[in-house]
Amino acid sequence: MSVLSVRGLRKSFGGVEAVAGVDFDVTAGEMLALIGPNGAGKTTCFNMLMGQLTPDSGTVSFDGADITGLPPRAIWRRGVGRTFQITATFASMTVAENVKTALMSHRGDLGRFFARATALHKDDAIALLDQVGMADQRDRACGVLAYGDLKRVELAVALANSPRLLLMDEPTAGMAPQERVALMELTRQLARARDIAVLFTEHDMDVVFGQADRVIVLNRGKLIAQGTPPEVRAHKAVRDVYLGAGTTSGGH
Amino acid sequence: MSALVVQFLNGLASASALFLVACGLSIIFGVSRIVNFAHGSFYMLGAYLAWTLTRGLGWVGYGPLGFWGGILIAALIVGLIGVLIELVLLRRIYQAPELFQLLATFGVVLVVQDLAMAIWGAQDLLGPRAPGLRGAFDVMGQRFPEYEMLLILIGPIVLGLLWLLFNRTRWGTLVRAATADREMVAALGVDQRKLFTSVFFVGTFLAALGGGLQLPREPVQLHMDMAIIADAFVVVVVGGMGSVGGAYLAALLIAQLQAFMLLVPDFEIAGLTISIARMTLIPSFLVMAVVLILRPYGLLGKAPSHARTQASVEPVVRATPPILAKLGFASVAAMILLPLIADEYGLMVATEILIFVLMAASLHFMMGPGGMASFGHAAYFGLGAYGAALAAKHFNAPMEAGLVAGPVLAALGGILFGWFCVRLSGVYLAMLTLAFAQIVWSIAFQWVAVTGGDNGVLGVWPSIGKTGFFYLSLAFAVIGVLLLRRAIYSPFGYALRGARDSALRADAIGIDVKRVQWAAFAIAASFAGSAGALFAYFKGSVFPTYAAIPKSVDALMMVLLGGVQTISGPLVGAIVYMGLHEQLVRVTELWRLVLGIAIIALVLAFPQGIAGFAAKRFAKEDGA
Ligand SMILES: Nc1ncnc2c1ncn2[C@@H]1O[C@H](COP(=O)(O)OP(=O)(O)O)[C@@H](O)[C@H]1O
Ligand SMILES: [Mg+2]
Repeated sequence: MSVLSVRGLRKSFGGVEAVAGVDFDVTAGEMLALIGPNGAGKTTCFNMLMGQLTPDSGTVSFDGADITGLPPRAIWRRGVGRTFQITATFASMTVAENVKTALMSHRGDLGRFFARATALHKDDAIALLDQVGMADQRDRACGVLAYGDLKRVELAVALANSPRLLLMDEPTAGMAPQERVALMELTRQLARARDIAVLFTEHDMDVVFGQADRVIVLNRGKLIAQGTPPEVRAHKAVRDVYLGAGTTSGGH
Repeated sequence: MSALVVQFLNGLASASALFLVACGLSIIFGVSRIVNFAHGSFYMLGAYLAWTLTRGLGWVGYGPLGFWGGILIAALIVGLIGVLIELVLLRRIYQAPELFQLLATFGVVLVVQDLAMAIWGAQDLLGPRAPGLRGAFDVMGQRFPEYEMLLILIGPIVLGLLWLLFNRTRWGTLVRAATADREMVAALGVDQRKLFTSVFFVGTFLAALGGGLQLPREPVQLHMDMAIIADAFVVVVVGGMGSVGGAYLAALLIAQLQAFMLLVPDFEIAGLTISIARMTLIPSFLVMAVVLILRPYGLLGKAPSHARTQASVEPVVRATPPILAKLGFASVAAMILLPLIADEYGLMVATEILIFVLMAASLHFMMGPGGMASFGHAAYFGLGAYGAALAAKHFNAPMEAGLVAGPVLAALGGILFGWFCVRLSGVYLAMLTLAFAQIVWSIAFQWVAVTGGDNGVLGVWPSIGKTGFFYLSLAFAVIGVLLLRRAIYSPFGYALRGARDSALRADAIGIDVKRVQWAAFAIAASFAGSAGALFAYFKGSVFPTYAAIPKSVDALMMVLLGGVQTISGPLVGAIVYMGLHEQLVRVTELWRLVLGIAIIALVLAFPQGIAGFAAKRFAKEDGA
């Protein structure tokens, strides 16, 4: 049963087709990697899935319901969590407060003017932080964290609404190699345990081929290949793009 | 029919004047990203100097040379004054937070106001009429002055010249490039300093020219600066910041609407005479409203390419340290005992300070946690005051009802204006709040039948004595501050701070950023409104000045003095600022001058804000 289903997705900026008709599905508990060289259209794709951008055409369905063109907050409320290529957290809040804000939003508390936020969802926030290994840093300000730690906070925030789908745009960019594998290993465990569908983009091929169940390859806005990691690794078009048959400047 | 044509021509003539001022503002903003509050002051200076010079150039006769030469030389001199200000002041604060730049240029406004007063006096000065252009054309049987016809031409001529300047000269190319991408131009090794200075010269020259050209049309007076700046802000926002063509289009649109509004006859609703013709700022408001809904960055404007990277990360809001809480309790206790020791004057000063503590706390709520800097917070203070006063005057409402009517009216204003404001951010938002405040001011000023206009509403007396009123104000201030503080620590407060820190993340965890900010805007407005209502009863009268720009700046100064980052900061700021203000007005006539210089000095000394300065000095290991 596919959790996310994308059909004929398109978006152009000016004359450039950033995403030129893309179809794919993600099923529950599956780790799907979206790869492709810089500028292939991955972030644009993500932004359309999560509502930051409106597609020119095509549909995005989540759990069978059409969510195309909904604003991000509405998509989130349906159970989609997201992390950003460039981390987006609340810098003036502590790590725990970041997660708590997401929890408060999920549980409909944010309209309350007189309740004390400090008392709310404390244990749940710590439990989430525990899962990503950030519990011991819960009282530090997000504005002063190391980048790798921020990525983990983002993951905890993204998990706060018990999502059925996680969208992670370059979750490990800016992290040390061992850290990368560890974070995605963790994500994979969480996805398995909670039956979450995960769509992520990634430049580190060790991570992609080590953690993904399936890989789809985007180049110049089009899907050029999909399959299991070994299949994709052996795919002719992919080898051309990445190893350079002179078509594009590849990623890493 | 002929009346329509004449109004159309009038509209064109007004558009030219408006355009001259607004395009300078827009060009300066485009290149330097400075919102030059003092632009209206340059316009006023241009008019005053031209008034003097057209008489002083008597040796070339009172002929065309004396007249046009006077206006031109005046504009050149003002342009040089602009250059001086750029070199001495602005150049040092290009990296400072936008709010501080606005404040610094407002300091210039205050200084110019008092200097103009000292040099030219408070009375209106009638200018000469343009030699050789004293006649009138016959337009379908109606007389239309020749001078107005000339003005109609000047707008497009200046637009054309600017176009040539921007498109046919190297300087113009640089200006356009800098407007589009300042960082890029800097990276290419262009001498930004010369560029900024020259742009500032052109902008102020145009403003002063606009002022000088008004001589034959209207008397020169000390309110010209504030009157034009609000209109110019609206034109710039509507046209698109940095767009000269947009400025002309917007000036045309607004001036035409204003001209045709004059034809709308007065009418009555529920016994109140409504005179659309006198509400000259209403059309600006309508145009702005429609444009901002359809095109948030103006008719010909583009979304800012990269949001200005505000280097400062707001600190974590921690629980109040016990010592501060104790200090708070102690000061409230001291206030309760104050009537035992203070004389009547002392009690009055304390009451006024308490009212402004509430005002400052409300502004801080939207500026600090809300991240929305308002340059027009006096609008809600004024609405609160008028709400109370009008309830008392027209409905004989008792004080208790007035103290409810004030905040309710202010909240309604906040809901209406806030809806537009939250669509913008940063300095765009600040300009919009200012424009709205000017609209409130102009309604108070122009709707004489209801508000009494300049004469205000008198006889709004409290039903309790001075001591009683002091305690009432104390109660309002303490409860108000505690409620706002509570809201900051509430889930709503987290949503609000989240929306400020990262709108992207907030949206991605289900927070409706605009709605949250809108709510905060309305809340801040209603608390400012209760301060205004209290102030109405405190003074026993209400005047349009309650909603005027200087009141907004007072509030801003309090918050910035104390620091946006802390909750207690604005309270201290209000007390310090009000105390200083009180003393200043007592000791000198030229208090605006002193205050203006103080503001400028403060900004120059602490370009990152006093709190930023303190934070750096006392930086803790956590960076919090
Ligand atoms: N907001 C935008 N405006 C114009 N072009 C854009 C915008 N966002 C992305 N693009 C272009 O779309 C293409 C795809 O970009 P992106 O989705 O960021 O790729 P990726 O994430 O795969 O590196 C690039 O050519 C990029 O320049
Ligand atoms: Mg990307």
